[in-house]
Amino acid sequence: MVESRDLGTSPDEVQFRFRDDEPVDHGTVTVDSCCDQTNATAVRIEPGDDARLLLPFLDRLALVEVNFPSFTDGRGYSAARILREAGYTGELRAVGDVLIDQLSHMLRCGFDSFAPDKRLDEGDAARAFATWDNVYQRAADTRRTIADKRHEA
Amino acid sequence: MYQYDSYDQAMVDARVEEFRDQARRRMEGRLTEDQFKPLRLMNGLYLQLHAYMLRVAIPYGTLNARQMEALADIAEKYDRGYGHFTTRQNIQYNWIRLEDAADALADLARHEMHAIQTSGNCIRNISADHFAGAAVDEVTDPRPYAELLRQWSSFHPEFTYLPRKFKFCVIASAKDRAAMRLHDIGIRIVQNAAGETGAQFYVGGGMGRTPMIAPLVRDFVPIDQLITYAEACLRVYNRYGRRDNKYKARIKILVHELGAAEYTRQVEEEFAHLLSVGVEPPREELARIAEYFAPPTFRHPSESWDLEQLQSKAAGDPSLRWDDGFGLWVRRNTHPHRAPGYVSAVISLKPVGGIPGDATADQMRIVARLAREYSFDELRVMHTQNLLLPHVRIADLPVIWAALDAAGLAAPNMDTIEDIIACPGLDYCSLANARSIPLAQRISERFAESGRTEVVGELKLKISGCINACGHHHAGHIGILGVDRKGTENYQLSLGGSEAEDVSLAKITGPGFDEDGVIAAVETVTDVYLDARTDGERFIDTYRRIGMEPFKEALYG
Repeated sequence: MVESRDLGTSPDEVQFRFRDDEPVDHGTVTVDSCCDQTNATAVRIEPGDDARLLLPFLDRLALVEVNFPSFTDGRGYSAARILREAGYTGELRAVGDVLIDQLSHMLRCGFDSFAPDKRLDEGDAARAFATWDNVYQRAADTRRTIADKRHEA
Repeated sequence: MYQYDSYDQAMVDARVEEFRDQARRRMEGRLTEDQFKPLRLMNGLYLQLHAYMLRVAIPYGTLNARQMEALADIAEKYDRGYGHFTTRQNIQYNWIRLEDAADALADLARHEMHAIQTSGNCIRNISADHFAGAAVDEVTDPRPYAELLRQWSSFHPEFTYLPRKFKFCVIASAKDRAAMRLHDIGIRIVQNAAGETGAQFYVGGGMGRTPMIAPLVRDFVPIDQLITYAEACLRVYNRYGRRDNKYKARIKILVHELGAAEYTRQVEEEFAHLLSVGVEPPREELARIAEYFAPPTFRHPSESWDLEQLQSKAAGDPSLRWDDGFGLWVRRNTHPHRAPGYVSAVISLKPVGGIPGDATADQMRIVARLAREYSFDELRVMHTQNLLLPHVRIADLPVIWAALDAAGLAAPNMDTIEDIIACPGLDYCSLANARSIPLAQRISERFAESGRTEVVGELKLKISGCINACGHHHAGHIGILGVDRKGTENYQLSLGGSEAEDVSLAKITGPGFDEDGVIAAVETVTDVYLDARTDGERFIDTYRRIGMEPFKEALYG
């Protein structure tokens, strides 16, 4: 079994973070371990994991990492929204094959920190985070949609 | 029809700029081809056998004259003067240069068009009944619901990296003119006994190498929960659709492996959850969209003719060639309209010996002019790779026909064996195993020359150049699939498919044929049909009554 401290990213690897609190400075555990251990505060979700298994423990979690082994595997987007829809307010970190062109979608799905395997160009990333002035659909962010704006009183 | 407001325009403009930036990073070597590929695909740019291919979305197949003219301009400016209309109501350009792609997208955006999500593992262009807003038998115009879905699915943050591509189709009548149940999600807008509008959801249909007819998952979703239900369907698929094998990654495999009942149970659970989250657009949004689709102001029936009056006026005019020219076209290519004195008129892109679905820039401009002058500035692209003037006065048909005839666009062959659906095949496509286009050309020539087209009547022939089935061969009354057999092109024949409300999947007759052989085989099966048919039976009806055996006997006996 993998030592818990060996799993996951450290705060040093986080390139973008949109939170004011102190990042968790210890390793994450697997979803299985998290369900067994009553004291884990940081967990890492792999693409095949069911994020809903974490719902009973959200109060004690301060960090959830969602791993994207390949950017083409979009399961992590659903995992992120499910956690936010359930009221999770801790750090939600996208890790792995995180690229410029996925950043804006990840932000909308509730990710608030990003630890890409390969560091991203800061200018490209800033543009990507700001890509959409407006959005069509409701998601995990609190943005008002285009339809909301069309019909505001 | 729908018009962009400043929000819609800003979205497509932003997308063009985003793509320019991506192309720049690719050219600077900061994106690998592997990283660039999904990004260009989400902007409709494929790398084909000879060049890049650009696929432009025509949402629910509706466009106006100005947009058709813009498509003609793009064909001339960036391509070789023509375009290819597809079975998903899109248009493809086959000879685009990468360095021109962003400019072509910018030209599209100026005319409220785009190539967003016309490829890639995301929600694709939403298709619809091409007779929407005109058909006598529809409950309501399905396009406002398709537009609502278009907006919801555009740049959806959760569903941009699905296991595989995802296609919606929306219809609103008992008749199915859009192959609805052969889509990942097919929606039929219905009214319940209380007169409320809702949506039937059919999920998990498709063609490709594993054809499946979508089962009914929900027979009535209240219309103000449409988006929420779609979101639930997609979330279950995004989480549990297979990603280990791209050939098993479509939602049809998930629904099949789980069983429709278990898939439905999971969707219903997610649906209940999402209702509590609140993802549905405000109700007023559907009403806002629907206003754009208000029926045009049709003239009083006394200002037009009915079809009998048309015949009595036109039959005596030799320039119209009633028997084999204009009259035949009226009988074949017009469709009943909800407004008295009007019809919908099909513009065939299947001239005898031509390439199914191709139109030149000049032809596009002629069609655009006719739409502007005679069809309330509206055009449709049909999934059969034809174009449609949805609302024309019967009294205007002679002048419309004359213009079409002069432009080579008046082939009177809707739903006949000449009205062949064919994919681009090995002439263009990097996936193809065999050519489709020359086969379609030769079959239409053979039947036209022998005069058999008229004798045989309705017969839907569909040709795919590979197992991916872009030519819908599984759904053809007669289907032809091109395969590669030890380095030579070989064609499998299948019978008994239908994409309509009597949906069924075709069955293979037996061993395949070479090109000459499969053309002869098509003639042979029509012989069997003509010998066996009873009054009023279409080919498909006879096949269903007598079964495969007599056909096999004639082909291989």
